[in-house]
Formats: sequence, C-alpha cells, structure tokens
Amino acid sequence: MSDTQDLSIAFVGSGGAGALTAGSLLLEAAGAAGWQGLLIRTVGPQIRGGEAAAVVRLANRSIESLPDHLDLLIAIDWLNVQRFGAEIEVGPQSLVISDPRGGEPPKGIASAGAHVIAIPLKEMAKAIPDGRPNMIALGIAGKLLGLGEHEFSALLEKRLIEKGQAAIDASRSSLKAGYDAVRDVDLGLRLAPPKSGFTKKKWLVSGNEAAALGAIRGGIRFAAAYPITPATEILEWLAPNLVKVGGVLLQAEDELAAINMIIGASYGGTPALTATSGPGLSLMIEALGLATAAEIPIVVINVMRGGPSTGIPTKSEQADLNIAVYGCHGDAPHLVLAPQSVGDCLFTTQWAAYLAETLQTPAIVLSDQFIGQNRAIIERPADVAFIGQRIRATNITGEYKRYALAANGVSPMAIPGTRGAQYTADGLTHTERGIPTSSALDHQIQLDKRRDKLESFNYGDHWASIEGTGDLAVITWGSVTGAVREAIARSAKDGINVSLIAPRLLSPTRPEQFAAALHGKKRVLVVEQSHGAQFHHYLRAHYDLPAAVRVLNRPGPLPIRPGEIHRAIKEWRP
Amino acid sequence: MSTIEMRLAYKPADYKSDIKPIWCPGCGDYHVLMSFTRAFAELGLPPEQIVVVSGIGCSSRIPAYTNCYGFHGVHGRSLGIGAGLKVTRPDLTVVVASGDGDGYSIGGNHFLHACRRNVDMTYVVMDNHIYGMTKGQPSPTTEPEFDTALSPGGTGLRPFHPLVIALASGANFIARCFSGEPNETASVLVEAIRHPGFSFVEILSPCVTFRPDEKDWKNLVHQAPVVATNDPAKAARRIMTDDGFNLGILYRGNRKPYQPETGQAIVDLSELEKEFEL
Repeated sequence: MSDTQDLSIAFVGSGGAGALTAGSLLLEAAGAAGWQGLLIRTVGPQIRGGEAAAVVRLANRSIESLPDHLDLLIAIDWLNVQRFGAEIEVGPQSLVISDPRGGEPPKGIASAGAHVIAIPLKEMAKAIPDGRPNMIALGIAGKLLGLGEHEFSALLEKRLIEKGQAAIDASRSSLKAGYDAVRDVDLGLRLAPPKSGFTKKKWLVSGNEAAALGAIRGGIRFAAAYPITPATEILEWLAPNLVKVGGVLLQAEDELAAINMIIGASYGGTPALTATSGPGLSLMIEALGLATAAEIPIVVINVMRGGPSTGIPTKSEQADLNIAVYGCHGDAPHLVLAPQSVGDCLFTTQWAAYLAETLQTPAIVLSDQFIGQNRAIIERPADVAFIGQRIRATNITGEYKRYALAANGVSPMAIPGTRGAQYTADGLTHTERGIPTSSALDHQIQLDKRRDKLESFNYGDHWASIEGTGDLAVITWGSVTGAVREAIARSAKDGINVSLIAPRLLSPTRPEQFAAALHGKKRVLVVEQSHGAQFHHYLRAHYDLPAAVRVLNRPGPLPIRPGEIHRAIKEWRP
Repeated sequence: MSTIEMRLAYKPADYKSDIKPIWCPGCGDYHVLMSFTRAFAELGLPPEQIVVVSGIGCSSRIPAYTNCYGFHGVHGRSLGIGAGLKVTRPDLTVVVASGDGDGYSIGGNHFLHACRRNVDMTYVVMDNHIYGMTKGQPSPTTEPEFDTALSPGGTGLRPFHPLVIALASGANFIARCFSGEPNETASVLVEAIRHPGFSFVEILSPCVTFRPDEKDWKNLVHQAPVVATNDPAKAARRIMTDDGFNLGILYRGNRKPYQPETGQAIVDLSELEKEFEL
C-alpha cells in the first residue's frame, strides 16, 4: 500500500483523560520529523469532567482546515463523546481503536461502518507503574503512522521534566506498550516521508500566540486584560513577553475598564491593545466609539465564539461581523480586519497595530476560536515592516489644533508632556481645537475627517486574498478561507477553475478594489460560518455582486469542511 | 531649573483655560476648579505634566476648563483611563475628576478596584447628592426621602458611604472637603497629589439648581477635630460615626503604590519567536 499524503487522527476521551496532551505530542513529534500540520482542540467549557478531543491533521503541505473525515480515531474512553459526536467525522474509510472497557461507542460512530479494533488501553496501563492510557494511545498512533519511537522520547522528557524522572519513565513505558501493541500491524496509514530539502524554519504556534507576537512586533507595549474564553491565551502570552520588551500588562476588573485602560495608555503615547470575545466586545463598544471620536489608536482582538449571549464559549463561529463593523452608535468609522489562518494572525495583528497608529483610530481584529486556539506547524511567517508610527505634534508654535484638518485627515497628535499643546481629548463633538461644540458645521467637518482618513489611505494588496481564475468566485473571510482554498484546489483537479476573494480588511470597505476583483466573474458562492449570513448581507450592502449568487452558511460549532464546499462548486453547473 | 524657581514660575491663572465653564451660576464646581488651579500652582507642576481625566456629568466638564492635558471620556470609566495612563507614563501627574453619579453609580466597580490597585493618582469626586446634568435624579448619595420626578416620594434607599468603601477597598489617602472653602480644599489636594498611591478626595459641592437646600452646607461643615491617622481601624470608626460634614484628611496609609517597571527592554524582539521554533 502506498504511503498517504494527508492523514487525520483523533484522540478522544473525557476531560482530563489526556486526549489533548496526546494530540499535541503527536503534532510536535510529526513537526520535528518534518511534516506540517494542524491540531484542532474540541473541549467543553469545563476543565475536567467534560469532553475533549484532539484532531491532528498531518501532511506534506500547509494545512489550514479540518479534514472531511478521520483516518484514525483512538478512543481512550467514550464517556462524553456523544456531546461532540457530530464534529467527529467517522466514515467507512476510518479506523477506530477503542478500549472495550471504555463504554459503548456512540451511535453515529458505530453505524458509520468504520473498522473497529479493540485494544484494552486501561488494562495495559495498569500493568505499567503509573501507566497512562493516553500515552499508550499515542504510541499506537505513532507506530501506525510510521513515526520513530525516538521522536517522542526527547519530547516527553522536555514536557515532563518538572514532574520528575518517574513520570518520564512511566510515560515512556506506556508509549512503548502502544508501539508493541501494533508492532506487526500495517493498516495502510503510513505518512509519506517529509519532503527532502525542506529547509525553511518551522514554527509550532497557535493563532492566539501568533496574534500576540504580531501585536508586539507592530509596536504594542501596553495591554489590559480581562480573561475570557477563547481569547485568554493572547493575554497570558503577552503578560510575560511585554515585560521582556519594556512594556506591561494590567489585569482589569472588567472589559469596560480594560478598554478604557488601553485608551488611557495610548493617549499617553504607548501603543495599546486588549483581547476579548463576543460578550467582552459588547461591553467595549461604547469606548470604541470614544476612541473613534477622540482619534485614539487602539487594537482590540476579538476571538469569536458561538453567540449570542454566552453562546458556546469554546467553539468557533463567524457571527461577530455585524457588531464589529456596525456596533457603535453614531457614525463611527474604524478599522476591522480578519486573519485567515493561524499564521496570518501574526501578520493581521501586526498590520492592525500599524494601521491603528498611522490612522489614529481603533482597529478590531476579528479572529475566531478555530484559528485562535488551534495549533499548527507552519513555515515561519515572513517578516513585514509594519511598525506603528503615530504622527506626533512636537515643537509647538502658536495655537495647537489637535483635530486640525490635514490633507489625509490625520492630524499630528500631542502626547502629555509636550509643552504648549495641551488639549482635552473628548467624546463630545468637538472643533479642530478639541473644544466641545454642537455646531452642525463642526460636526460635519469632523465626521468627514474621520471617514476620509480611513477611506483615502492606501492599504495596498493586503486588503484581500485574491487568488485563482475562473468566472466562479468563492467569497469568504476569516478562518473559513482555509477550507475554501482546499476546496478550490480539489476543484482544480476536477478541471474546474474557481477564484477566491477573501477580504482581510472588512472596514473601511474597498468598493473600487472589490469591483476590480469581481471583474469578469459571473457567479459568486459566499461561504461563511454564521446562521444569519452576516457576511452575505455585508457584501450586499457594500458591493455589487453578479446576479448568480449562492450562499453556503451555517452557524458554529460545526465546521465548514472542504468537502462540502467542493461539492457546492461541483454541483453548481453554470 | 531648580524646584524653587519652578514653584515661583507658576500662578493659578496659568492652569486655567480660556473656555468659559457651562456650570450654573453658584455651582460649587467653580470653586473646585479654583482649588485645582491653586493646588497645581502650589505644587509648581508645569501644566503639560498634569492630566485631568473625567467621565460624564457636570463635574466631568472640568478638564477642558484647565490648561492641563485633559481627557473627557465616557460615563463612569475615567479611572480606567487614569490607570492605563499613569502606569505607562509615571512621569505625569494624573488627577481623575468625577461626580457622585459618574463615580459611585455607573463607575462604582471601578472605584473599588482603583482603591485596591493603588496606582499613584488622585481621585476627586464632586459630590452634590444628585444627577445635575440630567436635571435632578437621585444618585447613590441622595437621601432616601428626597423627592424627584424619577423617584416620587424618595428612593427609600440608604445612601452610599464612599469614604468607608474607599477605606475598605484600600485607598491610601482619604479626605473630605467643601467646595466653599477653596483654600482648604487646595491644601488638601496638594497633600493628596503628593501622597503616594491612590488618593481619594470627596468634595461636597452643592448643586444650587436641583438641590437649593445644599446652600446650607456652608453652615454644616466643620474641620475634623483630630489629625489624620494611618490606622485603618481608627479611620473606619471616625468615618463611620461622623456626621458627613467632617472635613480634612481622615486617613493617610502607607501602602506601596502599584507601579510596574516599564520602558526597559531586556531581550531583543527577535528572541520572542524562539519558543515557537521546532
């Protein structure tokens, strides 16, 4: 049997059984051996006693999306698997390994026609001092995929060094037991060897970590934090790392304080950021309007989760588009940007910090749980030169007008300490000097200024990913872009050319550039993970689409998989 | 320039802007503004080194009436702006101005945590026991029987006791002033700004429009008969048992202000990505 180019493995178990640990070790070992991959975590909101699954997708190329189905599923137990059974795609081509004492497989899995092999993981673990069923599961996966046992050995030592030699030995023995259990078995799951001569540096990183690094690279030196799933990792990464570069993070009492803290820091001249998710963004909206009106640069990363209200905190959805673009009262133009992959979280956040500082306005980065919390092995993202540079007012002679009309709408900003430039930043409608006013003319002038500075700026090619040819265009955004790319690649193999338009810049809109991207397109397929088709309505509101439009939309937490997009393309005969 | 020369260099008028306040004639806040400018002159701080931050309400109009840097933010959130600013710019003097509605009602949670956080700034609340800008609704310090259109016959609610709450939450300096005594108020503000950590100054500032009865406050206020204590238990007893018109510095704590080190990079930016490398 020939080796496989693209393999997906899932470990499942009740919370605390170690499924996520097994998944992350498999990803890291495969990365060290030269593959690329993605680790998708599926967890309940509870820390323990909930459900957990780790899906690891490995390949010889960049992976940005979930697989259509699993090749191998190893169940440490089936205790809570029914809670996310619909997210685990098992079919007749799947191989399922489960512990006969781990409970009954859920109906969907039992009826899928998968080949089920029973291995008594728990019993085997009992035979080893402090034996761990999840490490046995990892050993089984490693052996079936053709990874060397040694690949894991150093990793285990690194991970468990603080727990002592006994813990390392127990895990190694468990791992070996897994290898031995399938020593003479070949189920045709061997991964094709990594491409030779592949010398580029590789990273193992989550989108949340990449976004945090991008923020610091973009010049952010202050963050205010209020914990919220699934954004907390951004803040936890920033807390120690900001200190290393001379910055600081403050924990706030709530999201209202957090966003006001960053406004205060930025007013004082320090580029500042906070990260949150839907409920937190809702609380921050009033202050976002303040930062827009007072022209204070800030960055807010919103890692989207299921909504409305508390929704599904641990799972992904693309339904905060409306609040991000339209949430503020009054006419309050600001930046909204969306990263398209784990690696792109770095670029987009860095760009957001740069744009916020340059344009003196808030920037919302709309990430989501899928790219935020999943870990990927990626090529090291290219360095970019975007570092926030705010135009400052210095050497003041004569009267300082904080909101003076400039050709590009961006007026030099004085920071406290600058002599002769004292002004009061204000959410009240103000004059060019910053003095409160209710004059119709002043209102109009400043509204125009804030609109024009965003619309007249040259965002370059980064505003969207525009790829491929063909008169059918798939228009999508954010984390779904990865699945769309994969579907388009499969369509190309069928001989169908399809193009991709995925805006990274959602606000301000780019009517001219979008019209150019749509030139010659006869049909448009909109793909998004929102029950209300928010993106489709956004496109309708701002752009002229061709007459033939179809929409593939669904709420979270069910991911949109490449296969169904591929099908939608194939089935749409012009 | 030596400190003495700097002090001589500034007069109260140097801290006043050319914007005419829109407060009602007779409003206590005029006197608070006067106390601010006198205190700043006494401290000899260059106007560009002071930031006055506020929320929403009559009292929160004060930043633009000074010639300092100012921030007139949204309702109730001035303490967040102040904390973010002071932590990243410890060289500045930060004074946060608020009122009883802005500070104790919508901003109540931030008040607790600002006391706890103990960032080195001064929080001045102009308390008139009423929402003035929205024309006379009860605030957290309004008396229970005070009749308003929004609370016919009174709220029946026990008034909030800001000084006790500040003490229990960890404020490092607590004082009560009366706007009608601008010199005394200015002296207290000077002490409050100089005292390290979070200083809380409640200024009784009458609303002559919606609380004409408060014109009588000038007859009710009196200086505290004892000197400030650094013993929280003693301060709590005094504050709990006084008549609400006891003026002066009532508590001076010794807590270390919260001020993390900032500005010194200890690694090169390129080091940060190392943890992601395979």
